[in-house]
Amino acid sequence: MSAYIIETIQRGIIETIEMTFFASVFAYIIGLPLGILLYATSGGRILENRPVNFIAGLLVNVCRSLPFLILLVLLIPFTRFVTGSSIGTVASIVPLTVGAIPIVARMVESSLNEVSPGIIEAATSMGASPLYIIIHFILPEAAPSLLLGGAINIATVLGYSAMAGVIGGGGLGAIALQYGYYRYQKDVLWTTVTILVIMVMLIQEGGNLIAKKTRK
Amino acid sequence: MESVFKLENVKKIYKNEGKEFTALEDVSLEIHEGEIFGIIGMSGAGKSTLVRTLNRLEDISSGSVSFYGQELSGLKAGEIRKIRRQIAMIFQSFNLLNQRSVLDNVMQPLRIAGVKRSERKEKALEMLRVVGLEEKRSQYPTRLSGGQRQRVAIARALAGDPKVLLCDEATSALDPRMTEEILDLLKEINRSRKLTIVIITHEMSVVEKICDRVAIIDKGRLAEVGEVKEIFRTPKSAAAKKLVFPSNPFDPSDKDSRLIRIAFDGLEASRPFIAELVEKTGKKVNILSANTKSVGGIGYGQMVVELPEGAEDQDIVINFFKDNGLSLQEVER
Repeated sequence: MSAYIIETIQRGIIETIEMTFFASVFAYIIGLPLGILLYATSGGRILENRPVNFIAGLLVNVCRSLPFLILLVLLIPFTRFVTGSSIGTVASIVPLTVGAIPIVARMVESSLNEVSPGIIEAATSMGASPLYIIIHFILPEAAPSLLLGGAINIATVLGYSAMAGVIGGGGLGAIALQYGYYRYQKDVLWTTVTILVIMVMLIQEGGNLIAKKTRK
Repeated sequence: MESVFKLENVKKIYKNEGKEFTALEDVSLEIHEGEIFGIIGMSGAGKSTLVRTLNRLEDISSGSVSFYGQELSGLKAGEIRKIRRQIAMIFQSFNLLNQRSVLDNVMQPLRIAGVKRSERKEKALEMLRVVGLEEKRSQYPTRLSGGQRQRVAIARALAGDPKVLLCDEATSALDPRMTEEILDLLKEINRSRKLTIVIITHEMSVVEKICDRVAIIDKGRLAEVGEVKEIFRTPKSAAAKKLVFPSNPFDPSDKDSRLIRIAFDGLEASRPFIAELVEKTGKKVNILSANTKSVGGIGYGQMVVELPEGAEDQDIVINFFKDNGLSLQEVER
Protein backbone atom coordinates (compact mmCIF):
# COMPACT_ATOMS: atom_id res chain seq x y z
CA MET A 1 0.00 0.00 0.00
CA SER A 2 1.26 3.45 -0.88
CA ALA A 3 1.98 6.09 1.74
CA TYR A 4 -0.98 8.08 0.34
CA ILE A 5 -3.39 5.19 1.00
CA ILE A 6 -2.04 4.67 4.51
CA GLU A 7 -2.54 8.36 5.26
CA THR A 8 -6.06 8.17 3.83
CA ILE A 9 -6.90 5.21 6.03
CA GLN A 10 -5.55 7.03 9.09
CA ARG A 11 -7.74 10.01 8.28
CA GLY A 12 -10.64 7.61 7.71
CA ILE A 13 -10.23 6.14 11.18
CA ILE A 14 -10.43 9.59 12.75
CA GLU A 15 -13.46 10.52 10.65
CA THR A 16 -15.23 7.30 11.58
CA ILE A 17 -14.55 7.95 15.26
CA GLU A 18 -15.83 11.52 14.90
CA MET A 19 -19.02 10.45 13.13
CA THR A 20 -19.70 7.62 15.56
CA PHE A 21 -19.00 9.74 18.61
CA PHE A 22 -21.08 12.78 17.69
CA ALA A 23 -23.94 10.78 16.18
CA SER A 24 -24.09 8.61 19.32
CA VAL A 25 -24.05 11.63 21.63
CA PHE A 26 -26.80 13.42 19.69
CA ALA A 27 -28.80 10.20 19.37
CA TYR A 28 -28.72 9.77 23.15
CA ILE A 29 -29.59 13.41 23.82
CA ILE A 30 -32.90 12.79 22.02
CA GLY A 31 -33.23 9.02 22.28
CA LEU A 32 -32.78 8.74 26.06
CA PRO A 33 -35.69 11.07 26.95
CA LEU A 34 -37.74 9.46 24.18
CA GLY A 35 -37.02 6.00 25.62
CA ILE A 36 -37.98 7.21 29.09
CA LEU A 37 -41.21 8.64 27.64
CA LEU A 38 -42.01 5.33 25.91
CA TYR A 39 -41.39 3.49 29.18
CA ALA A 40 -43.16 5.82 31.57
CA THR A 41 -46.31 6.32 29.48
CA SER A 42 -46.89 2.64 28.69
CA GLY A 43 -49.68 0.68 30.37
CA GLY A 44 -49.34 0.26 34.14
CA ARG A 45 -46.31 2.57 34.43
CA ILE A 46 -45.99 5.68 36.54
CA LEU A 47 -47.11 8.18 33.89
CA GLU A 48 -49.45 5.90 31.94
CA ASN A 49 -50.80 7.84 28.97
CA ARG A 50 -52.14 5.91 26.03
CA PRO A 51 -52.26 8.68 23.39
CA VAL A 52 -48.73 9.91 24.12
CA ASN A 53 -47.39 6.37 24.18
CA PHE A 54 -49.15 5.53 20.93
CA ILE A 55 -47.79 8.56 19.08
CA ALA A 56 -44.23 8.14 20.38
CA GLY A 57 -44.33 4.44 19.61
CA LEU A 58 -45.65 5.03 16.11
CA LEU A 59 -42.93 7.60 15.38
CA VAL A 60 -40.20 5.27 16.58
CA ASN A 61 -41.58 2.30 14.66
CA VAL A 62 -41.89 4.22 11.39
CA CYS A 63 -38.32 5.53 11.65
CA ARG A 64 -36.97 2.14 12.60
CA SER A 65 -38.64 0.32 9.74
CA LEU A 66 -36.96 2.54 7.10
CA PRO A 67 -33.78 0.93 5.80
CA PHE A 68 -30.87 3.17 6.72
CA LEU A 69 -29.78 3.60 3.12
CA ILE A 70 -33.23 4.93 2.19
CA LEU A 71 -33.16 7.23 5.23
CA LEU A 72 -29.80 8.59 4.07
CA VAL A 73 -31.28 9.61 0.72
CA LEU A 74 -34.57 10.89 2.16
CA LEU A 75 -32.75 13.08 4.64
CA ILE A 76 -30.49 14.83 2.09
CA PRO A 77 -32.56 18.08 2.02
CA PHE A 78 -32.75 18.13 5.83
CA THR A 79 -29.02 17.47 6.15
CA ARG A 80 -28.27 20.30 3.73
CA PHE A 81 -30.54 22.58 5.75
CA VAL A 82 -28.80 21.72 9.05
CA THR A 83 -25.13 21.57 7.99
CA GLY A 84 -25.15 23.49 4.71
CA SER A 85 -23.88 20.48 2.79
CA SER A 86 -24.96 16.93 2.11
CA ILE A 87 -21.55 15.33 1.70
CA GLY A 88 -18.64 14.80 4.05
CA THR A 89 -18.13 13.72 7.63
CA VAL A 90 -20.13 16.47 9.32
CA ALA A 91 -23.08 15.97 6.99
CA SER A 92 -23.15 12.23 7.70
CA ILE A 93 -23.67 12.89 11.39
CA VAL A 94 -27.22 14.12 10.68
CA PRO A 95 -28.67 10.94 9.10
CA LEU A 96 -26.65 8.79 11.49
CA THR A 97 -28.23 10.58 14.45
CA VAL A 98 -31.74 10.36 13.01
CA GLY A 99 -31.25 6.68 12.21
CA ALA A 100 -29.92 5.89 15.69
CA ILE A 101 -32.57 7.77 17.74
CA PRO A 102 -35.32 5.13 17.46
CA ILE A 103 -32.87 2.33 18.16
CA VAL A 104 -31.57 4.14 21.24
CA ALA A 105 -35.13 4.86 22.39
CA ARG A 106 -36.21 1.22 22.17
CA MET A 107 -33.02 0.03 23.84
CA VAL A 108 -33.52 2.49 26.72
CA GLU A 109 -37.15 1.45 27.05
CA SER A 110 -36.20 -2.21 27.27
CA SER A 111 -33.52 -1.51 29.90
CA LEU A 112 -35.97 0.43 32.04
CA ASN A 113 -38.54 -2.35 31.75
CA GLU A 114 -36.12 -4.62 33.60
CA VAL A 115 -36.31 -2.48 36.76
CA SER A 116 -38.29 -4.30 39.43
CA PRO A 117 -41.80 -2.82 39.94
CA GLY A 118 -41.23 -3.32 43.68
CA ILE A 119 -38.58 -0.60 43.69
CA ILE A 120 -41.01 1.81 42.04
CA GLU A 121 -43.68 0.89 44.55
CA ALA A 122 -41.23 1.50 47.41
CA ALA A 123 -40.35 4.91 45.95
CA THR A 124 -44.03 5.79 45.57
CA SER A 125 -44.70 4.76 49.17
CA MET A 126 -41.95 7.18 50.26
CA GLY A 127 -43.86 10.02 48.69
CA ALA A 128 -41.58 10.58 45.68
CA SER A 129 -42.93 12.29 42.56
CA PRO A 130 -42.88 10.43 39.22
CA LEU A 131 -40.00 12.58 37.94
CA TYR A 132 -38.00 11.96 41.11
CA ILE A 133 -38.66 8.23 40.81
CA ILE A 134 -37.37 8.20 37.24
CA ILE A 135 -34.21 10.16 38.04
CA HIS A 136 -33.29 8.71 41.43
CA PHE A 137 -34.71 5.20 41.36
CA ILE A 138 -35.31 3.88 37.85
CA LEU A 139 -32.30 5.29 35.99
CA PRO A 140 -29.65 4.35 38.61
CA GLU A 141 -31.14 0.89 38.94
CA ALA A 142 -31.09 0.43 35.15
CA ALA A 143 -27.58 1.88 34.75
CA PRO A 144 -25.67 -1.37 34.03
CA SER A 145 -28.26 -2.41 31.47
CA LEU A 146 -28.27 1.08 29.90
CA LEU A 147 -24.48 0.94 29.52
CA LEU A 148 -24.61 -2.45 27.82
CA GLY A 149 -27.30 -1.11 25.48
CA GLY A 150 -25.06 1.90 24.89
CA ALA A 151 -22.22 -0.31 23.63
CA ILE A 152 -24.58 -2.08 21.24
CA ASN A 153 -25.94 1.24 19.98
CA ILE A 154 -22.51 2.76 19.41
CA ALA A 155 -21.39 -0.34 17.49
CA THR A 156 -24.56 -0.07 15.37
CA VAL A 157 -23.85 3.62 14.63
CA LEU A 158 -20.32 2.65 13.62
CA GLY A 159 -21.73 0.11 11.20
CA TYR A 160 -24.15 2.69 9.78
CA SER A 161 -21.33 5.22 9.41
CA ALA A 162 -19.67 2.86 6.93
CA MET A 163 -22.86 2.97 4.85
CA ALA A 164 -22.79 6.76 4.77
CA GLY A 165 -19.85 6.39 2.34
CA VAL A 166 -22.39 5.54 -0.37
CA ILE A 167 -23.79 9.07 -0.51
CA GLY A 168 -20.49 10.84 -0.08
CA GLY A 169 -19.91 10.61 3.65
CA GLY A 170 -16.37 10.24 4.97
CA GLY A 171 -14.69 7.63 7.09
CA LEU A 172 -13.52 4.07 6.59
CA GLY A 173 -16.72 3.02 4.85
CA ALA A 174 -16.16 5.55 2.08
CA ILE A 175 -12.55 4.39 1.64
CA ALA A 176 -13.58 0.73 1.45
CA LEU A 177 -16.15 1.64 -1.17
CA GLN A 178 -13.99 3.94 -3.29
CA TYR A 179 -10.65 2.11 -3.26
CA GLY A 180 -11.66 -1.42 -2.40
CA TYR A 181 -14.85 -1.78 -4.39
CA TYR A 182 -14.75 0.71 -7.29
CA ARG A 183 -10.97 0.36 -7.88
CA TYR A 184 -10.60 -3.33 -7.04
CA GLN A 185 -7.91 -2.70 -4.42
CA LYS A 186 -8.57 -5.82 -2.35
CA ASP A 187 -5.84 -4.99 0.20
CA VAL A 188 -7.49 -1.64 0.99
CA LEU A 189 -10.88 -3.29 1.25
CA TRP A 190 -9.67 -5.95 3.72
CA THR A 191 -7.59 -3.49 5.74
CA THR A 192 -10.53 -1.15 6.29
CA VAL A 193 -12.90 -4.02 7.03
CA THR A 194 -10.43 -5.43 9.58
CA ILE A 195 -10.10 -2.03 11.26
CA LEU A 196 -13.91 -1.70 11.44
CA VAL A 197 -14.21 -5.17 13.00
CA ILE A 198 -11.55 -4.29 15.60
CA MET A 199 -13.31 -1.01 16.42
CA VAL A 200 -16.67 -2.75 16.93
CA MET A 201 -15.01 -5.33 19.16
CA LEU A 202 -13.28 -2.65 21.24
CA ILE A 203 -16.58 -0.79 21.73
CA GLN A 204 -18.44 -3.95 22.69
CA GLU A 205 -15.78 -5.25 25.07
CA GLY A 206 -15.27 -1.80 26.59
CA GLY A 207 -19.03 -1.51 27.14
CA ASN A 208 -19.20 -4.95 28.73
CA LEU A 209 -16.34 -4.10 31.05
CA ILE A 210 -17.84 -0.79 32.19
CA ALA A 211 -21.27 -2.37 32.68
CA LYS A 212 -19.76 -5.17 34.73
CA LYS A 213 -17.87 -2.70 36.91
CA THR A 214 -21.01 -0.65 37.46
CA ARG A 215 -23.17 -3.61 38.46
CA LYS A 216 -23.03 -3.92 42.21
CA MET B 1 -57.04 6.03 72.16
CA GLU B 2 -56.56 7.99 68.97
CA SER B 3 -57.12 6.09 65.77
CA VAL B 4 -54.42 6.26 63.12
CA PHE B 5 -56.41 4.68 60.33
CA LYS B 6 -60.15 4.44 60.06
CA LEU B 7 -61.68 2.37 57.29
CA GLU B 8 -65.39 2.49 56.60
CA ASN B 9 -67.13 0.12 54.20
CA VAL B 10 -64.09 -0.08 51.97
CA LYS B 11 -64.73 -1.73 48.65
CA LYS B 12 -62.22 -2.38 45.91
CA ILE B 13 -63.12 -3.70 42.48
CA TYR B 14 -60.49 -4.48 39.86
CA LYS B 15 -61.58 -4.17 36.27
CA ASN B 16 -59.63 -6.17 33.76
CA GLU B 17 -60.73 -6.48 30.14
CA GLY B 18 -64.37 -5.99 31.04
CA LYS B 19 -64.27 -8.56 33.85
CA GLU B 20 -64.77 -7.37 37.41
CA PHE B 21 -63.08 -8.82 40.44
CA THR B 22 -64.00 -7.75 43.96
CA ALA B 23 -60.81 -7.69 46.04
CA LEU B 24 -62.31 -6.01 49.11
CA GLU B 25 -65.92 -5.86 50.23
CA ASP B 26 -67.37 -3.84 53.08
CA VAL B 27 -64.22 -3.67 55.22
CA SER B 28 -64.51 -1.43 58.28
CA LEU B 29 -61.85 -1.26 60.95
CA GLU B 30 -59.79 1.08 63.09
CA ILE B 31 -56.10 0.95 63.83
CA HIS B 32 -55.11 2.65 67.07
CA GLU B 33 -52.05 4.71 67.82
CA GLY B 34 -49.12 2.77 69.26
CA GLU B 35 -50.44 -0.72 68.63
CA ILE B 36 -49.11 -3.51 66.46
CA PHE B 37 -52.02 -4.44 64.28
CA GLY B 38 -51.98 -7.66 62.29
CA ILE B 39 -53.90 -8.33 59.11
CA ILE B 40 -53.93 -12.02 58.36
CA GLY B 41 -55.43 -14.09 55.59
CA MET B 42 -54.71 -16.74 53.02
CA SER B 43 -52.98 -15.66 49.81
CA GLY B 44 -55.47 -13.95 47.54
CA ALA B 45 -57.67 -12.96 50.48
CA GLY B 46 -57.11 -9.27 49.74
CA LYS B 47 -54.76 -8.34 52.56
CA SER B 48 -52.07 -6.86 50.29
CA THR B 49 -54.74 -4.76 48.57
CA LEU B 50 -56.05 -3.71 51.97
CA VAL B 51 -52.69 -2.46 53.22
CA ARG B 52 -52.16 -0.55 49.98
CA THR B 53 -55.38 1.36 50.51
CA LEU B 54 -53.83 2.77 53.70
CA ASN B 55 -51.27 4.86 51.77
CA ARG B 56 -53.36 4.98 48.62
CA LEU B 57 -51.03 2.86 46.55
CA GLU B 58 -54.43 1.39 45.66
CA ASP B 59 -57.42 3.65 45.12
CA ILE B 60 -60.62 2.34 46.62
CA SER B 61 -63.85 1.93 44.65
CA SER B 62 -66.13 3.11 47.46
CA GLY B 63 -66.14 3.69 51.21
CA SER B 64 -63.54 5.74 53.01
CA VAL B 65 -60.02 5.50 54.38
CA SER B 66 -58.80 8.21 56.70
CA PHE B 67 -55.41 8.81 58.28
CA TYR B 68 -55.55 10.80 61.54
CA GLY B 69 -58.99 11.99 60.53
CA GLN B 70 -57.93 13.04 57.05
CA GLU B 71 -59.83 11.41 54.22
CA LEU B 72 -57.32 10.07 51.68
CA SER B 73 -59.43 9.60 48.57
CA GLY B 74 -59.99 13.28 47.77
CA LEU B 75 -56.37 14.36 48.06
CA LYS B 76 -54.39 15.75 45.13
CA ALA B 77 -51.16 14.07 43.97
CA GLY B 78 -48.93 16.49 45.88
CA GLU B 79 -50.99 16.20 49.07
CA ILE B 80 -51.01 12.41 49.08
CA ARG B 81 -47.22 12.43 48.59
CA LYS B 82 -46.85 14.47 51.77
CA ILE B 83 -49.09 12.02 53.66
CA ARG B 84 -47.11 9.06 52.33
CA ARG B 85 -43.94 10.46 53.90
CA GLN B 86 -45.58 9.81 57.28
CA ILE B 87 -46.53 6.25 56.35
CA ALA B 88 -43.43 4.12 55.83
CA MET B 89 -43.60 0.71 54.24
CA ILE B 90 -41.44 -2.41 54.07
CA PHE B 91 -41.90 -5.31 51.68
CA GLN B 92 -41.40 -9.03 51.30
CA SER B 93 -38.80 -8.50 48.58
CA PHE B 94 -37.10 -5.60 50.46
CA ASN B 95 -37.14 -3.36 47.37
CA LEU B 96 -33.81 -1.71 48.05
CA LEU B 97 -31.83 -0.02 45.30
CA ASN B 98 -29.17 -2.59 44.40
CA GLN B 99 -27.01 0.01 42.66
CA ARG B 100 -26.79 2.22 45.73
CA SER B 101 -24.95 1.68 48.99
CA VAL B 102 -26.74 0.86 52.23
CA LEU B 103 -26.25 4.43 53.46
CA ASP B 104 -27.60 5.93 50.22
CA ASN B 105 -30.63 3.67 50.45
CA VAL B 106 -31.38 4.79 54.00
CA MET B 107 -30.98 8.46 53.03
CA GLN B 108 -33.58 8.22 50.23
CA PRO B 109 -36.71 9.24 52.21
CA LEU B 110 -34.82 12.19 53.72
CA ARG B 111 -33.75 13.31 50.29
CA ILE B 112 -37.32 13.09 49.07
CA ALA B 113 -38.43 15.17 52.05
CA GLY B 114 -35.78 17.78 51.18
CA VAL B 115 -33.61 17.39 54.30
CA LYS B 116 -30.14 18.96 54.07
CA ARG B 117 -27.28 16.74 52.93
CA SER B 118 -25.29 16.77 56.18
CA GLU B 119 -28.37 16.10 58.31
CA ARG B 120 -29.38 13.28 55.97
CA LYS B 121 -26.19 11.39 56.61
CA GLU B 122 -26.33 11.87 60.36
CA LYS B 123 -29.91 10.70 60.55
CA ALA B 124 -29.31 7.71 58.27
CA LEU B 125 -26.36 6.57 60.38
CA GLU B 126 -28.49 6.87 63.49
CA MET B 127 -31.12 4.63 61.90
CA LEU B 128 -28.50 2.09 60.87
CA ARG B 129 -27.40 2.01 64.51
CA VAL B 130 -30.99 1.27 65.55
CA VAL B 131 -31.07 -1.80 63.30
CA GLY B 132 -27.49 -2.77 64.19
CA LEU B 133 -25.96 -2.41 60.72
CA GLU B 134 -23.84 0.72 61.02
CA GLU B 135 -20.68 -1.08 59.92
CA LYS B 136 -22.37 -2.15 56.65
CA ARG B 137 -23.07 1.42 55.54
CA SER B 138 -20.83 1.36 52.45
CA GLN B 139 -21.80 -2.17 51.39
CA TYR B 140 -24.26 -2.82 48.58
CA PRO B 141 -27.54 -4.64 49.30
CA THR B 142 -26.70 -7.64 47.09
CA ARG B 143 -23.83 -8.42 49.46
CA LEU B 144 -26.15 -8.71 52.44
CA SER B 145 -28.26 -11.60 53.70
CA GLY B 146 -32.07 -11.44 53.50
CA GLY B 147 -32.37 -10.55 57.17
CA GLN B 148 -29.80 -7.77 56.83
CA ARG B 149 -31.55 -6.39 53.75
CA GLN B 150 -34.82 -6.24 55.66
CA ARG B 151 -33.01 -4.42 58.47
CA VAL B 152 -31.74 -1.87 55.95
CA ALA B 153 -35.30 -1.53 54.66
CA ILE B 154 -36.49 -0.93 58.22
CA ALA B 155 -33.76 1.70 58.75
CA ARG B 156 -34.86 3.34 55.49
CA ALA B 157 -38.48 3.24 56.60
CA LEU B 158 -37.68 4.84 59.96
CA ALA B 159 -35.40 7.54 58.55
CA GLY B 160 -38.24 9.86 57.63
CA ASP B 161 -39.72 9.75 61.16
CA PRO B 162 -42.99 8.14 60.04
CA LYS B 163 -46.08 7.87 62.21
CA VAL B 164 -46.87 4.37 61.00
CA LEU B 165 -44.93 1.47 59.56
CA LEU B 166 -46.70 -0.86 57.15
CA CYS B 167 -45.13 -4.31 56.78
CA ASP B 168 -46.24 -6.27 53.74
CA GLU B 169 -45.24 -9.91 54.35
CA ALA B 170 -41.95 -8.53 55.65
CA THR B 171 -40.75 -11.85 57.06
CA SER B 172 -42.19 -14.22 54.46
CA ALA B 173 -38.95 -14.46 52.49
CA LEU B 174 -36.84 -15.10 55.58
CA ASP B 175 -35.88 -18.26 57.43
CA PRO B 176 -37.33 -18.86 60.94
CA ARG B 177 -34.33 -17.45 62.78
CA MET B 178 -34.20 -14.24 60.76
CA THR B 179 -37.98 -13.94 61.03
CA GLU B 180 -37.59 -14.07 64.79
CA GLU B 181 -34.88 -11.38 64.70
CA ILE B 182 -36.91 -9.05 62.51
CA LEU B 183 -40.04 -9.49 64.64
CA ASP B 184 -38.05 -8.77 67.81
CA LEU B 185 -36.66 -5.65 66.15
CA LEU B 186 -40.14 -4.48 65.13
CA LYS B 187 -41.45 -5.04 68.65
CA GLU B 188 -38.51 -3.13 70.07
CA ILE B 189 -39.11 -0.23 67.67
CA ASN B 190 -42.82 -0.24 68.52
CA ARG B 191 -42.02 0.04 72.23
CA SER B 192 -39.11 2.49 72.15
CA ARG B 193 -40.42 4.82 69.44
CA LYS B 194 -44.15 4.42 70.12
CA LEU B 195 -44.52 3.62 66.45
CA THR B 196 -47.80 2.20 65.20
CA ILE B 197 -47.11 -0.90 63.12
CA VAL B 198 -49.43 -2.67 60.68
CA ILE B 199 -48.35 -6.19 59.78
CA ILE B 200 -49.67 -8.15 56.83
CA THR B 201 -48.98 -11.84 57.01
CA HIS B 202 -50.31 -15.28 56.22
CA GLU B 203 -48.60 -16.83 59.24
CA MET B 204 -50.46 -17.02 62.55
CA SER B 205 -47.11 -17.41 64.35
CA VAL B 206 -46.16 -13.84 63.34
CA VAL B 207 -49.43 -12.47 64.71
CA GLU B 208 -49.14 -14.47 67.92
CA LYS B 209 -45.61 -13.30 68.50
CA ILE B 210 -45.97 -9.55 68.23
CA CYS B 211 -49.46 -8.28 67.39
CA ASP B 212 -51.81 -6.69 69.90
CA ARG B 213 -54.89 -6.90 67.73
CA VAL B 214 -55.60 -8.73 64.53
CA ALA B 215 -58.02 -8.57 61.62
CA ILE B 216 -58.76 -11.75 59.74
CA ILE B 217 -59.49 -11.26 56.07
CA ASP B 218 -61.26 -13.98 54.14
CA LYS B 219 -62.20 -13.65 50.47
CA GLY B 220 -62.03 -9.86 50.61
CA ARG B 221 -64.21 -9.56 53.69
CA LEU B 222 -63.36 -8.90 57.30
CA ALA B 223 -64.07 -12.21 59.04
CA GLU B 224 -63.12 -11.16 62.54
CA VAL B 225 -61.22 -8.46 64.35
CA GLY B 226 -60.10 -8.27 67.96
CA GLU B 227 -57.37 -8.83 70.52
CA VAL B 228 -55.00 -11.58 69.52
CA LYS B 229 -55.39 -13.48 72.80
CA GLU B 230 -59.19 -13.30 72.56
CA ILE B 231 -59.16 -14.67 69.04
CA PHE B 232 -56.69 -17.35 70.05
CA ARG B 233 -58.89 -18.36 72.98
CA THR B 234 -62.26 -18.24 71.25
CA PRO B 235 -62.08 -17.88 67.50
CA LYS B 236 -65.58 -17.34 66.14
CA SER B 237 -65.37 -17.27 62.37
CA ALA B 238 -64.47 -20.30 60.27
CA ALA B 239 -61.46 -18.40 58.87
CA ALA B 240 -60.16 -17.65 62.37
CA LYS B 241 -60.61 -21.25 63.49
CA LYS B 242 -58.72 -22.45 60.47
CA LEU B 243 -55.81 -20.18 61.37
CA VAL B 244 -55.79 -20.83 65.09
CA PHE B 245 -56.57 -24.55 65.40
CA PRO B 246 -53.68 -26.99 65.09
CA SER B 247 -53.24 -27.76 61.41
CA ASN B 248 -52.32 -31.43 61.77
CA PRO B 249 -53.92 -33.16 64.79
CA PHE B 250 -53.54 -36.90 65.14
CA ASP B 251 -56.33 -38.98 63.61
CA PRO B 252 -59.01 -39.89 66.20
CA SER B 253 -59.57 -43.58 67.00
CA ASP B 254 -63.18 -43.41 65.83
CA LYS B 255 -63.97 -41.31 62.80
CA ASP B 256 -67.40 -40.30 64.15
CA SER B 257 -66.31 -39.30 67.64
CA ARG B 258 -66.66 -35.78 69.01
CA LEU B 259 -63.55 -33.62 69.12
CA ILE B 260 -63.11 -30.50 71.20
CA ARG B 261 -60.37 -27.92 71.34
CA ILE B 262 -59.35 -26.66 74.77
CA ALA B 263 -57.52 -23.34 75.01
CA PHE B 264 -55.84 -22.19 78.19
CA ASP B 265 -53.73 -19.23 79.17
CA GLY B 266 -50.67 -18.89 81.37
CA LEU B 267 -52.47 -19.61 84.66
CA GLU B 268 -54.12 -22.88 83.73
CA ALA B 269 -51.13 -24.02 81.71
CA SER B 270 -49.39 -25.11 84.88
CA ARG B 271 -52.26 -27.32 86.11
CA PRO B 272 -52.38 -31.05 85.30
CA PHE B 273 -56.08 -30.89 84.47
CA ILE B 274 -56.23 -34.02 82.31
CA ALA B 275 -54.92 -36.02 85.25
CA GLU B 276 -57.45 -34.26 87.49
CA LEU B 277 -60.22 -35.15 85.05
CA VAL B 278 -59.41 -38.84 85.31
CA GLU B 279 -58.97 -38.65 89.06
CA LYS B 280 -62.19 -36.79 89.79
CA THR B 281 -64.60 -38.09 87.15
CA GLY B 282 -63.08 -41.37 86.08
CA LYS B 283 -63.64 -40.39 82.42
CA LYS B 284 -60.85 -40.54 79.87
CA VAL B 285 -60.07 -38.47 76.80
CA ASN B 286 -57.73 -39.19 73.91
CA ILE B 287 -55.23 -36.35 73.24
CA LEU B 288 -54.81 -35.75 69.49
CA SER B 289 -52.74 -32.59 69.57
CA ALA B 290 -51.26 -30.45 72.31
CA ASN B 291 -48.90 -27.53 72.40
CA THR B 292 -48.09 -24.41 74.31
CA LYS B 293 -46.69 -21.21 72.93
CA SER B 294 -46.22 -17.60 73.69
CA VAL B 295 -49.02 -15.32 72.47
CA GLY B 296 -48.35 -11.65 73.04
CA GLY B 297 -45.80 -12.61 75.66
CA ILE B 298 -48.13 -14.85 77.71
CA GLY B 299 -47.90 -18.64 77.64
CA TYR B 300 -50.88 -20.08 75.82
CA GLY B 301 -51.74 -23.65 75.12
CA GLN B 302 -54.24 -25.60 73.14
CA MET B 303 -55.19 -29.21 73.02
CA VAL B 304 -57.48 -31.21 70.77
CA VAL B 305 -59.06 -34.16 72.57
CA GLU B 306 -61.38 -36.93 71.48
CA LEU B 307 -64.31 -37.30 73.90
CA PRO B 308 -65.49 -40.65 75.20
CA GLU B 309 -68.55 -42.26 73.62
CA GLY B 310 -72.00 -41.56 75.04
CA ALA B 311 -73.61 -38.16 75.46
CA GLU B 312 -73.71 -38.45 79.24
CA ASP B 313 -69.98 -39.08 79.59
CA GLN B 314 -69.25 -36.28 77.14
CA ASP B 315 -71.29 -33.83 79.20
CA ILE B 316 -69.40 -34.80 82.34
CA VAL B 317 -66.05 -34.12 80.65
CA ILE B 318 -67.20 -30.84 79.09
CA ASN B 319 -68.65 -29.58 82.35
CA PHE B 320 -65.45 -30.48 84.18
CA PHE B 321 -63.38 -28.38 81.77
CA LYS B 322 -65.87 -25.50 81.82
CA ASP B 323 -65.98 -25.47 85.61
CA ASN B 324 -62.21 -25.16 85.59
CA GLY B 325 -62.37 -22.04 83.41
CA LEU B 326 -61.08 -23.46 80.15
CA SER B 327 -62.33 -22.25 76.76
CA LEU B 328 -63.82 -25.02 74.67
CA GLN B 329 -64.76 -25.28 71.02
CA GLU B 330 -66.12 -28.05 68.90
CA VAL B 331 -63.74 -29.11 66.16
CA GLU B 332 -65.70 -29.69 62.98
CA ARG B 333 -64.52 -32.39 60.65
